[in-house]
Amino acid sequence: MNKLFLSIVGLCSLLALSSSYACNDYSIKEVTSGIYYHQGIHEDANEDNYGAIANVGFIIGERCVAVIDSGGSYLEGTYLRQAIKNKTDLPVCYVINTHTHPDHIFGNAAFKGDSPTFIGHEKLPAAISSREAFFAKTFKEVLGKAYRGTEFILPSKTVSLNQPITLDLGNRKLTLTAYSTSHTDHDLTVFDQQTKTLWTGDLLFMGRIPVMDGSINGWIKTMADMQKMELNFLVPGHGEASSDKWQQGLAKQLHYFTLIRDEIRVIIEDLGTIDQASKQVGIPEQNSWELFDRYHRRNVTASFVQLEWE
Amino acid sequence: MFNRILALFIVSLTFFSTSTYAATPTEPLWPTLKIAYFGDKEIREGANDLLVIEAPKRAEDAAIVPISVKSLVAQTADKYIKNIHIVVDNNPEPYSANFHLSPELGLIDISTRMRVDQYTFVRAIAEMNDGSLHMVSRFVKASGGCSAPAGKDAAAALARLGKMQIRMRKPTVGKPVQAQVIVSHPNYNGLQFDQKSRLYIDAHYVKNIEINYNDKPLISVDTGISVSEDPSIRFTFTPSEAGSITANVTDSEGQKFTHSKNI
Repeated sequence: MNKLFLSIVGLCSLLALSSSYACNDYSIKEVTSGIYYHQGIHEDANEDNYGAIANVGFIIGERCVAVIDSGGSYLEGTYLRQAIKNKTDLPVCYVINTHTHPDHIFGNAAFKGDSPTFIGHEKLPAAISSREAFFAKTFKEVLGKAYRGTEFILPSKTVSLNQPITLDLGNRKLTLTAYSTSHTDHDLTVFDQQTKTLWTGDLLFMGRIPVMDGSINGWIKTMADMQKMELNFLVPGHGEASSDKWQQGLAKQLHYFTLIRDEIRVIIEDLGTIDQASKQVGIPEQNSWELFDRYHRRNVTASFVQLEWE
Repeated sequence: MFNRILALFIVSLTFFSTSTYAATPTEPLWPTLKIAYFGDKEIREGANDLLVIEAPKRAEDAAIVPISVKSLVAQTADKYIKNIHIVVDNNPEPYSANFHLSPELGLIDISTRMRVDQYTFVRAIAEMNDGSLHMVSRFVKASGGCSAPAGKDAAAALARLGKMQIRMRKPTVGKPVQAQVIVSHPNYNGLQFDQKSRLYIDAHYVKNIEINYNDKPLISVDTGISVSEDPSIRFTFTPSEAGSITANVTDSEGQKFTHSKNI
């Protein structure tokens, strides 16, 4: 089974690289007019899924295309590039990275041929450089062949806190907003003004358990702010894009972090340990999320050491 | 002691570097590390009658892996654990901490938090006052995923650099009480590359944490770059009278921080 799957992937990559054939495996859904995404699978990255575990996609204007997150490997980046080609011949003028995690930026090098402007949060360059060596060594092994060609590309344009920027794709304007520390210390969202679609990056996980790699308090505050937004569509970092399900998803994620924060605070107050907290906290949530066992304890650990400083 | 060991290690780093940086090490490093750090001294392995080491089976967050060491034999003036050395085999700098312990501590119960970014053995080596060495170890799996040993919010860590806490439950004279010393510090490990300047960001980390009870040393820990951001030392001691706990912290740039708590 694995072998068969691998050979399909191998064939796909060959076709994607060498001709204009589409890769049938790599599905693209339309969110709304001119906005497309590939929905990542709720798994850890591995060679079989070539790191395609996050939502990545693109927005087409009249002049050019903006890519929002490029894929979890160079290989996925090539599939995404091919998927764009299947929809339009317009050039890719921007590659926007919502944050530095491998499942969102490892496809960057597949767009080098378009000479796009790479854009990220003002703290993205520092985030890439502090993780680059670790990610390279870890993901070479995790992704195997799919890692080949992956490069760490720094943004050539950055977005600062409290200073959103606007990109024009030709009669289509995107607003890029930089956030204070939430999921990471360099989260960026993309808002399509025409269709009122928000691309959140990993500020929102749906279905798959969220991973806190920034600040639990900061993220809770950001989620509360996001609840007030008036949107027609939302594309989360993981899980289904929708017009009507995201409010529930956001409430669920906010509930998860608020619950674990409350429970961790009680344990810290009683001089409890990280080990104790990771065994006791958030248990009612365990059937509510995919990959709970993989990342919940990590969230508790990371939150614990932050809440010690309140 | 720590500096000598560190220098020795750096000299030999070039020999190890290939396997040290591989994601899943194939060659066991311990035989080489043992000679580098302890020379030809004999180390009794599997010293489960003396020590217990606890660590999670998997490094949930590569940046924060709690590691604790407990002794099963109480310290006495005649026979006590003088030092506990912590070695994390596959970390960039394996020799991670050296706890100097007072014979007055009673049963040893110490813990700290380490960076563990790949599959590795974590070892605690007890050095008795007679110089004998006794080791226990645990295997810790890597976390994988997007967890990186780098800090999550460098700006926040730097902003509160040097801030300290001493926390404990309400102490009673004559009864063991758990306490914790935490110091806010980014603990830069010198392995982070700055793409813009094409240089490594200088290591800047806590080198020593000294914990005194009424001006007498309880624990002094020499720490290195394996220790997590915001270093934390938990320990148990038995107060014999009212007084104060003082923690003195020195970092690699010679900055000193101090904090006291009356008990």
